[in-house]
Amino acid sequence: MNLIFEKSVKGRKCDILPKLDVEPVALPENLQRETAPRLPEMSETDVSRHYTELNKQVHGVNCGFYPLGSCTMKYNPRIDEEAAALEGFTNIHPLAPKSTVRGALEVLETLQADLCEITGMDGMTFEPAAGAHGEFTGVLLIKQYHDSHNDTKRTKIIVPDSAHGTNPATAAMCGYQVVNIPSAPDGCVDLDALRSVLGEDTAGLMLTNPNTVGIFDENILEITKLVHEAGGLCYYDGANTNAIMGVVRPGDMGFDCIHLNLHKTFATPHGGGGPGAGAVGCKEFLKPFLPHSALMDRPGRVQVRAFMGNFLVCVRALAYVMTLGREGIPEAATNAVLNANYLMQKIKGTFTPAFDRICMHEFVLDLSGYEKETGVSALDVAKSLIDYGMHPPTMYFPLIVHEALMLEPTETESKETLDWAADVFRKLYELGKTDPEFMHNAPHNTPIGRPDEVKAARNPIVRYTFA
Amino acid sequence: MTINPELKYSRDHEWVKEEDGLLVIGISDFAQDALGDLVFVNLPEVGDAVTAGEAFGDVESVKAVSDLLSPVSGTVAEINEELLDAPEKLNEDPYGAWIIKVSDVTATEELLDAAAYEAFCAEA
Repeated sequence: MNLIFEKSVKGRKCDILPKLDVEPVALPENLQRETAPRLPEMSETDVSRHYTELNKQVHGVNCGFYPLGSCTMKYNPRIDEEAAALEGFTNIHPLAPKSTVRGALEVLETLQADLCEITGMDGMTFEPAAGAHGEFTGVLLIKQYHDSHNDTKRTKIIVPDSAHGTNPATAAMCGYQVVNIPSAPDGCVDLDALRSVLGEDTAGLMLTNPNTVGIFDENILEITKLVHEAGGLCYYDGANTNAIMGVVRPGDMGFDCIHLNLHKTFATPHGGGGPGAGAVGCKEFLKPFLPHSALMDRPGRVQVRAFMGNFLVCVRALAYVMTLGREGIPEAATNAVLNANYLMQKIKGTFTPAFDRICMHEFVLDLSGYEKETGVSALDVAKSLIDYGMHPPTMYFPLIVHEALMLEPTETESKETLDWAADVFRKLYELGKTDPEFMHNAPHNTPIGRPDEVKAARNPIVRYTFA
Repeated sequence: MTINPELKYSRDHEWVKEEDGLLVIGISDFAQDALGDLVFVNLPEVGDAVTAGEAFGDVESVKAVSDLLSPVSGTVAEINEELLDAPEKLNEDPYGAWIIKVSDVTATEELLDAAAYEAFCAEA
């Protein structure tokens, strides 16, 4: 299809500006541009058709199955959007006096109480803008805690090699040295490796449980105990909270400080660049180090984000928690886990699970053997799925599995959808053995098949060149 | 996969050679093939200290970012700035495209000769 600039016709318009009813004021001459901006000139019909055409070329969760892994909930209930669109919330001015926005504060207070209960924490801030910002804030709590004890010899943060890349980045941004420890063959923490790096210089450990390959680390109590005995604190990356919410609590696992990606676990469309919210929770003894916020008046302490953070994400989260309730929250988690295990068992016998054991909310297929046998790679399978109207799983992640496909069906998918998806995987498994060439060239039915990712990364063209 | 018989290799798939009193470091053909097409290289600065077994930079492919692990401890004497604009050189000519040169070497990992490295890759 043509670009919007190519559809532009000189002089065509769709005016949407109201008539000027005040005295016109010109900008100072030095601020005026010398040439007119080259905006596309189109009618309203043309604009509407252009974007509808674009919309037809993408695949979203409203179009079909979307088992992208390490991504958590995809379908966001409409009621949460409705709550966030209420005018009483959307029309608040950020500088409105606190006494006039009691309702908004009540949202945060209620959400704080509910999420502290779900996670086993005692205090929480909703200021951080998203996950990485939450991690940064959380690890700074740990740093301040050690500083407050004049315990300056603690310079290292331990991160397992299966962690999300943001964990080591966070630790480094906070001024810590990152100590990577290898995972055991089952993707869990290797206790001996952990013991060997613990010591007087340990500031803390960053961990997500279930871990990045979708397995619940059964040694978690031993892990947090070892870190505490060495004098370090335990940080919980809430990336995978969907699998455990309402069932087990990070606070009971021995974690001192956590972040939740409200946009991943509590209903906000994500993956498009935001906004998100990285709520940070902590145990009682870390509460004095929480930042200043609308919820907690801490004159003199820094605020990590302006005003109330990304407030409307918190409204969606509260709507989600309140509509699901005490029974619904654990039910969503158990459905996410059940769906992942069901799909894994249905696919097993064709593509091989990287870890053949009960998984949590997601699982990883290891296609390295299949690739050696047939020449069909994880990428080829992912591309072939698109022809069936399925969004590909996450590819080549986590890095500890070669030729990885990571599937996360989520809590909202029906048995029929999962059966259909498993059938598609089984068909492709057979197809790769008989016609690998067909799969090397997939997808066959899409407007764009295999964009040159290397060229796009090396020589990105992000600006239209006018003729 | 090719292995240059004149170089020594680390178990992290870096190659090392001595040249004019400096140790020159690059990545092997095996490494560039496993990484895939590289689109970005992050290099240290001249004068930075490198430590054996620790990262001195990273390379990015469309799949992933991977650390470059130094096989030696010492001081960065030169960096191959050409790679910043043309990371594909590491794919096209892994044994020609050096990454850094290190001076004042204080420690070196146990390195493999070409035959031992070939056996090591065969196991990987």
